[in-house]
Amino acid sequence: MTLIRLEHVTKVYHTGEVPVTALRGITLEIGKQAFVSFIGPSGSGKTTLLNLMGVLDKPTEGNLLINGVNISSLGRAEAATFRANTLGFVFQNFNLIPVLTVYENVEYPLLLVKHVPAEERRRRILTLLEKVGMVDQKDKYPNRISGGQKQRVAVARALVTNPQVVLADEPTANLDHATAFKVIGIMHEMQKEFGTTFIFSTHDAKIVGEAEILYTLEDGVLVNQETKNRN
Amino acid sequence: MRHLVKIAVRNLFRYKRRTLLTSSLIAFGVILVIVFGGLAISFKTQMVGILTNTALGDLQIHSKGYVESIDNLPLNLTLPGNTLAKVEQSLHQSPYVAAYSPRIKFGAMISNYAQTSNIRLSAVYPEMENKTCPGLVNRIKKDLPNPHQFIRPGEILAPDNLMKGLGLKVGDEIVLIATNKDGSVNGLTLHISAFIESVLGPAGKDGYIHIDDAKTLLRMNEPEIVEIAVHLKNFDQLNTAFNELKKEMVAPESNIEVHSWEQLSPFASIARIVDLLILVVKVILISIVLVSILNIMTMSVYERISEIGTIAAIGTRPRRILMLFLMEGFAMGLLSTTVGVVIGLGLLWLMNLAPIDFTFGMMQVSLAPSIPAREVILITTIVMLVSIFASLQPAYKASKMEPVDALGHV
Repeated sequence: MTLIRLEHVTKVYHTGEVPVTALRGITLEIGKQAFVSFIGPSGSGKTTLLNLMGVLDKPTEGNLLINGVNISSLGRAEAATFRANTLGFVFQNFNLIPVLTVYENVEYPLLLVKHVPAEERRRRILTLLEKVGMVDQKDKYPNRISGGQKQRVAVARALVTNPQVVLADEPTANLDHATAFKVIGIMHEMQKEFGTTFIFSTHDAKIVGEAEILYTLEDGVLVNQETKNRN
Repeated sequence: MRHLVKIAVRNLFRYKRRTLLTSSLIAFGVILVIVFGGLAISFKTQMVGILTNTALGDLQIHSKGYVESIDNLPLNLTLPGNTLAKVEQSLHQSPYVAAYSPRIKFGAMISNYAQTSNIRLSAVYPEMENKTCPGLVNRIKKDLPNPHQFIRPGEILAPDNLMKGLGLKVGDEIVLIATNKDGSVNGLTLHISAFIESVLGPAGKDGYIHIDDAKTLLRMNEPEIVEIAVHLKNFDQLNTAFNELKKEMVAPESNIEVHSWEQLSPFASIARIVDLLILVVKVILISIVLVSILNIMTMSVYERISEIGTIAAIGTRPRRILMLFLMEGFAMGLLSTTVGVVIGLGLLWLMNLAPIDFTFGMMQVSLAPSIPAREVILITTIVMLVSIFASLQPAYKASKMEPVDALGHV
């Protein structure tokens, strides 16, 4: 079943005098419960593609449909609601809110984005923190935990709203090798347990091996697709 | 909303030193307004109280044209008998009026048989005058067993500075010489009952006699009243009472004028300057709050662009991001105002422990500053509104950021 469909998607940036084409006619489909990775050198268009799939940006040409919704048709507020209901994000720099504790960071999307009753909120947060191994650290502020721990909290935050897709742009770039594997392992476990589609970009060749579907981008063009059976 | 407030407050204390400095500045402004306002309002209230309670009354009623020629103290612009009766009936029936005092005011020569000087006299019914200007007896330099009888027929309350000039003392006989409205000159001997301090300064030469003596001196069959001073039950209702009485008494065909104390005393201009100064201090406060909050919120938005991108990416709607930053500005304003109000009121309380005594003109003023609750509420409301207003632009900017640009910000 197709969850995300890209049809001849092109993205052109007009920031300077010369327009820069970041993506050229990308067409692909990603199904539900997939574990997908995009690889490619810097400037190949990975981040642009993840931004488009994350409804953070809109294609210049072509169609991008998530769950059958054409994201180009969404206004700012609608896009925000769509992201809240459908997507989760894990960022390279963790992007935890520094004034909130680990628990509150995971709670944030449920409070401000989705109004979930207190008891249900608590259950979901503790379950996820337990699964990412951070329940003991729940009262600490982000500046009191390590990079790997921060990224585990970020994974829990991304999953707390039960999104259909989690997008992670270079989620292991700021982590050491062992921690990076742990984080990817957690993401994989969550994918299996919750049936969430995980899409991440990476440079790390070893991390790439963890993906079930691997797309390679070069100069904004999709040059290769590889499907693996990790089992 | 509770969570929004929690995040806003925590964000505020993210940079403790900066927040402390900014709130101190705003709190200082609030303290300035409260202390200055307290002193200025107290000064104004005291001065107005002295003027209205010891001389002018809160309102005055005259025959048309009298106030225009008040320097000459004309005796021909009187309130005729039937008019006077109607005015008195209206004053009796008015719910705003506590007391009134009919007066005959005229100029005369005063002589101790060796020297002569001029004097302005108010001829009054002492009981009515005392009810209308209850502070008048405080200006009399004599122990009065019955303040309602502060002047009796055959006596004169002479102005302090004039008596020094003429070398008079209590009990001395003087003669008053005055011209009545028909141009006839007459004299009357009286005894000095006491001296009275002038409320208007060294130039003041105002004395009091009993209205019966004025009748004799001016050869009147009936007292020909030129002025009625009115004391209100509640001074705060001055404007309402003034408008009501004016509406009732001043008809196009009538020959009456009603004036409030502000129209009769030059101190009204000083009172207006005091109000203006308070307004200037408030404007300074508004500027401090506006610049401080605008500065801190703008810095806050620029420092947290990436964070704004994160919360927007997570799905926070633009309006909620706007609210988050407005809340921060509001919290900053609230914190600063609370501190400012507490310290400001504390300082006023301390000042009240040792009131400031000074002389204004000839008036002894004891300044025990206080500020009305409505002023404190007004100041707080101003700071709160300006805080929100100052946060509006940075908050709007934050809410309009494209998440993809904000996330990419380094």
